[in-house]
Amino acid sequence: MKRYVLMRVLKAIFTIWAVYTLVFFLTRVTGDPVDWLTQAGASDAAKETLRRNLGLDLPLWDQYVKSFVGLFTGDTGTSYYYSREVSALFAERIWPTVTLGSIVFVVTIAVGLPLGVLAAVKHNSLLDRLTMSLAVIGSTLPNFVLGILLIFIFALTLRMLPSGGTGTVKNYIMPIIALSVGPVASVARLTRSSLLDVIGNDYLDFVRSKGMREWKVVIKHGLRNALIPVITILGSQLSALIGGSVVVETVFAWPGIGTLIVTSAQQRDFPVVVFGVLVIAASVTFVNLLVDLSYGLLDPRIRKS
Amino acid sequence: MNTEKELESRGAERKPVLEVHNLKSYYESRDGEVPAVDGVDLTLYPGEIVGIVGESGCGKSTVVRSLLGLMDPVTSRREAGTALFEDRDLFRLSEKELCKVRGKGISMIFQNPLSALDPVYTIGSQIMEILKIHESITDKEARERAIELLHQVNIPSPELRLNQYPHELSGGMQQRVVIAIALACNPKILIADEPTTALDVTVQAQILALIRELRDRLNIAVILITHNMGVVAAICDRMCVMYGGVVVEEGRCEEIFANPRHPYTRGLLAAIPSIDEDKETLYTIPGQVDVLKAPVNFCRFEKRCSHACSKCREEEPQLRGESDHLSRCWVFPDKSSEKTDFEQAKVVAP
Ligand SMILES: Nc1ncnc2c1ncn2[C@@H]1O[C@H](COP(=O)(O)OP(=O)(O)O)[C@@H](O)[C@H]1O
Ligand SMILES: [Mg+2]
Repeated sequence: MKRYVLMRVLKAIFTIWAVYTLVFFLTRVTGDPVDWLTQAGASDAAKETLRRNLGLDLPLWDQYVKSFVGLFTGDTGTSYYYSREVSALFAERIWPTVTLGSIVFVVTIAVGLPLGVLAAVKHNSLLDRLTMSLAVIGSTLPNFVLGILLIFIFALTLRMLPSGGTGTVKNYIMPIIALSVGPVASVARLTRSSLLDVIGNDYLDFVRSKGMREWKVVIKHGLRNALIPVITILGSQLSALIGGSVVVETVFAWPGIGTLIVTSAQQRDFPVVVFGVLVIAASVTFVNLLVDLSYGLLDPRIRKS
Repeated sequence: MNTEKELESRGAERKPVLEVHNLKSYYESRDGEVPAVDGVDLTLYPGEIVGIVGESGCGKSTVVRSLLGLMDPVTSRREAGTALFEDRDLFRLSEKELCKVRGKGISMIFQNPLSALDPVYTIGSQIMEILKIHESITDKEARERAIELLHQVNIPSPELRLNQYPHELSGGMQQRVVIAIALACNPKILIADEPTTALDVTVQAQILALIRELRDRLNIAVILITHNMGVVAAICDRMCVMYGGVVVEEGRCEEIFANPRHPYTRGLLAAIPSIDEDKETLYTIPGQVDVLKAPVNFCRFEKRCSHACSKCREEEPQLRGESDHLSRCWVFPDKSSEKTDFEQAKVVAP
């Protein structure tokens, strides 16, 4: 088990490094940031000075090594556009993103799990069919499409909610809905099917015959066993959420790292983009790592092997 | 003094712990109702082991699952019946009251020990769970009781077992744990639904010996379900032979083994696998258990019976005979019929 954890962590670190390197070189082929940062008709000399100041005159390999080593000394580079330390920019923008993400994650569990359990317990009832039909729609609708739809209905047509920005509770409503519907639907569907599989098992009958009340049987023994596949989907939903928030933040002009990365990409602000992708890759990998390791905790049959 | 006590205990023994009367449990199916249990009477006295025997599909599990209210209300329905346990009708209890009977008054163990325990909880927590459902007890006390219980079912080094998971134990050990859980709250009745079917022969014998030992020690009444007459012969005092949802023969085991009346009972006796003889092929009753449709107005075994006559096709026989031996057969209804010429050759003594 220790060996497995170690291997898994090493693999995760390698993945993050690979993504970082890939994006580092990929950004460089998208064009010259100097063109973007200077006005049309700027002199070649002025461009050359700027290039030297930004460190873009060095050979690509040197730039890579410098930026990579910098990560370990706390030097995340300077944004071309904002002329500020990249880490400082992220420190400012991370909280709106984390806040939104956490709320969405909590909503996913708090709504998705109970819906799935209810649908499974009352399976083939009207409630079950209704929930599952909605879940199918919910999990196929891309979140940014839903976001645009919501803006169209509630901001532009009904004028009930602000179309973007942050600050009030109202600003949260649409981004949360746009980001949660998909994960809630997936979690509800999977919880239902997974719980239905477990409910047929003999050990639930034995627990019933011990005199445990039905709802407790379903939660303590049914759901606990059904949770193993659900955790996987929660993990992948969380990964998708981290990625998906980049687009949805842009749709709602949410001042988080998603919006920062998208605008920086448009402005060829390489250090910001590369660091942003690094942050996202690290979060996704970390979540997947947690999911893998949680199997052992959830399922003793895996733990010992 | 002594004689008084003796009388008292004998008097107590005469009062049944469980009296089931006219139990009918039907399943809904696409083409009508399946009378899986169709009018079963069952009386159980303290300290006795009653076998319910019959091939798969005869309704044995349905009888006991109905008693504990473990039937799926969507696909099944209890048509009729009463089940007196501790002066109350089990079928009139609310779900909440029934939960207090399950595990405390009447415990049940199931066929496959490998799937009876929840794979994600330790043995210890699954034993302590039942204690906590029915008693207010501290963790420490529950732990001690759990160790004691594992001792009682002859599991070596119980302290170590407590922290193990089901998959770390053999099938026989898991069944012992299941029995320990079933006995944890000192129930009056233990229902064992094919408790040894999934186990190999030596383990089977150990588990049966354990059940008998516990019965002797705790004076618990046992309903033992099996399709194997050999198991009945090994530990039961009385038996009910079930076919097609009804009891076709019932009585004391020695009596039935000596003088089986119903052709189905004779068939089951002939089908006991013999350990000493190395027979090429085992005898099996020709044909198979039919899925019936309610209502039934013919003998349920008629199709497979070599003695069937026209009467068997026209009217269902009732249970008749003496109080210690009843059978449901037009052709062999009572003592006088025992002398009738039978295919005795097929009947292997247990
Ligand atoms: N869930 C169910 N739905 C419909 N019919 C069932 C169901 N369970 C059992 N039956 C039918 O009820 C009869 C008795 O089943 P069961 O009580 O399990 O028998 P046994 O325990 O003796 O093998 C069988 O004919 C079987 O086909
Ligand atoms: Mg059965």
